[in-house]
Amino acid sequence: MAEIRVDHLRKAFGDFVAVQDSSFTVEDGEFLALLGPSGCGKTTTLRMIAGLELPTGGGIHLGGDDVTYKRASERDIAFVFQLFALYPHMNVRKNIGFPLLSQGVPKAEIKRRVEETAKLLQIDHILDKSVSGLAGGDRQRVALGRAIVRRPKCFLMDEPLGTLDAEFRDVMVRELRELHNRIHATTVYVTHDQIEAMAMADKIAVMNHGIIEQFATPREIYNRPASMYVADFIGSPPMNFLRFSAGLPKGARIARIDGADVQMPELRADVAPGELALGVRPEHIRFSDASPLRGAIYGAEYLGTNQIVTVETAGGLVRARLPAERSYRIGDRVGLSFVADRLSLFDCRSGRAIPSTLHEGTLARDTRHREVRDLEVGHG
Amino acid sequence: MSSAKSAATATASSAHSVVEPSPTSKRVAGAIVILYALITLVPLVWIFLTSIKSPPDSISYPPKILFTPSLEGYCNLFTTRTRQTPDYIAALPPPSGVCDAVTRERNMVIAGASNFLPRFANSLIIAFGSTFLAVSLGTLAAYGFSRFKVPLADDLLFFILSTRMMPPIAVAIPIYLMYRQLGLSDTALGMMLLYTAVNVSLAVWLLKGFIDEIPREYEEAAMIDGYTRLQAFFKVVLPQATTGIAATAIFCLIFAWNEYAFASLLTSGSAQTAPPFIPTIIGEGGQDWPAVAAGTTIFLVPILVFTILLRKQLLRGITFGAVRK
Repeated sequence: MAEIRVDHLRKAFGDFVAVQDSSFTVEDGEFLALLGPSGCGKTTTLRMIAGLELPTGGGIHLGGDDVTYKRASERDIAFVFQLFALYPHMNVRKNIGFPLLSQGVPKAEIKRRVEETAKLLQIDHILDKSVSGLAGGDRQRVALGRAIVRRPKCFLMDEPLGTLDAEFRDVMVRELRELHNRIHATTVYVTHDQIEAMAMADKIAVMNHGIIEQFATPREIYNRPASMYVADFIGSPPMNFLRFSAGLPKGARIARIDGADVQMPELRADVAPGELALGVRPEHIRFSDASPLRGAIYGAEYLGTNQIVTVETAGGLVRARLPAERSYRIGDRVGLSFVADRLSLFDCRSGRAIPSTLHEGTLARDTRHREVRDLEVGHG
Repeated sequence: MSSAKSAATATASSAHSVVEPSPTSKRVAGAIVILYALITLVPLVWIFLTSIKSPPDSISYPPKILFTPSLEGYCNLFTTRTRQTPDYIAALPPPSGVCDAVTRERNMVIAGASNFLPRFANSLIIAFGSTFLAVSLGTLAAYGFSRFKVPLADDLLFFILSTRMMPPIAVAIPIYLMYRQLGLSDTALGMMLLYTAVNVSLAVWLLKGFIDEIPREYEEAAMIDGYTRLQAFFKVVLPQATTGIAATAIFCLIFAWNEYAFASLLTSGSAQTAPPFIPTIIGEGGQDWPAVAAGTTIFLVPILVFTILLRKQLLRGITFGAVRK
């Protein structure tokens, strides 16, 4: 296994820039998810690491070796394709053994390692079946088997669960993560599904328009989004933005929104006058009659364990995740209060987060149990 | 050939109805297909029956439906004969085989082998050789056009196709002059190259469609698994392109096998193929129809066998695009 270092990587197709100046490092044994909507450059980044596309600029290092312009076959990596790309003219055994065949591994050794791999993935009973008759999950496992049989430097996966049923996808997410925990293979996993990324990855790189918006742990990304794009992309429902115009000095703790003072984490930088947005996760909103920030109930979605209540305020619709017990009548006036130390402030023009005490060390420790719940909520 | 045709007709007629056709309409459709098959079979049956008639029966009018089968046509096809006096024939030792006997009845003796077998062999060599060349080159070219950014790819593809737009008769004279200079006229190699040139355009176009349908991921997976692109092509792309290659091979073979115009203009002796040879079989006092029919019947056999062997692929080739997943 090896570390992957991507250095100012760039890829242009004619005038279209697919990847812009991306730099990140995947540590040895780490699971990185490249997350973003389609066309954001995540697959292109992956294909450059694999050697299926050559970069326009920048470099890729694999375990210390510069592989930027090396052929795919010389990189010693494994790739799991979205449609699995199982060779239809070979049975399961031959598919899994195919990468070993190219390395000139003796037949008996191939047989042994294929069977060992099949056992690990619990597909030893279908080894001699044709791949065309397999169910989606088994195809997935065979594709994984073909990837791990060679013990490559790293695994690259391009939306490998994209074609599976939602129900089965959960099973595979768990299986993939368990497999990763057992073999500790450096993995880069491309997905547009935040749930998959949050559930499996050690680190997530959120990409948009060829740019990495944020590269951090799932918790960091959820709790301290670096940009409005990340805040909006991660979480379901996404973060609420309360827009207001103001200039704030360093050290400010109050934002004045619709004539109401809202407490927020202490700012660590001066903010020039302009359009700002206060970012509030739905689960950090409570209804409080005393609050000066008011709105009318617009709708509610009952989810069993909790409910999403939408409130119409002067600044637009705000969605709150509230306990399921109470029911609300549409049109009722309510006051909104927020968990002050969990709010993010964004500069609307650049879309970037403004540094505040939110971004300082203690949060993750203080609120660990709450974050665990946050994650579960996010997945529901 | 006709079985593939009738199956294709059946597919086409049922494809239009949205609901499952009723038993009656199925029966009617079946009857139409069988009728069509019978009509297309009439010339073939006629040729076969003529090949086993005696020369007088073959030209009798009205045509004889019931007749005594004779192998004279086949004997005449493979032999040359000379006329002898009845006394000479009576003095000969007993006939050594069927053909000997049949020939003697007409007051003739077998003088030697005819040119049919060498001509037939020419046909086999030239048709299969050019098919092999056209399909091999076509597969590689189609793969290139399908997978790589070829500058002016569309123009090149049109240019390749344009070689088929001129009638053979229009290019035959320039080719004849060229071949004479190059020493290729009346050679099997020359005919093979010519048919390859004509067929390669068909092969490129047909195969490009088939290879476009094979996802690139297979080669990419193979390349990541440690194979070069060429190895990936042979180990992963070719096995999946067999249907297309088989269909293309049949089309190329049928063209090269049946080709008459170039063959009759450019070959006369050692490289002559069967199509221009068969009509020149002349018996005593006119065309030897049973021998011509026998030659035609034998001429049909290789293409029939090849087509039956590959009929599944041929059917998919004809209905290409409609039945693929």
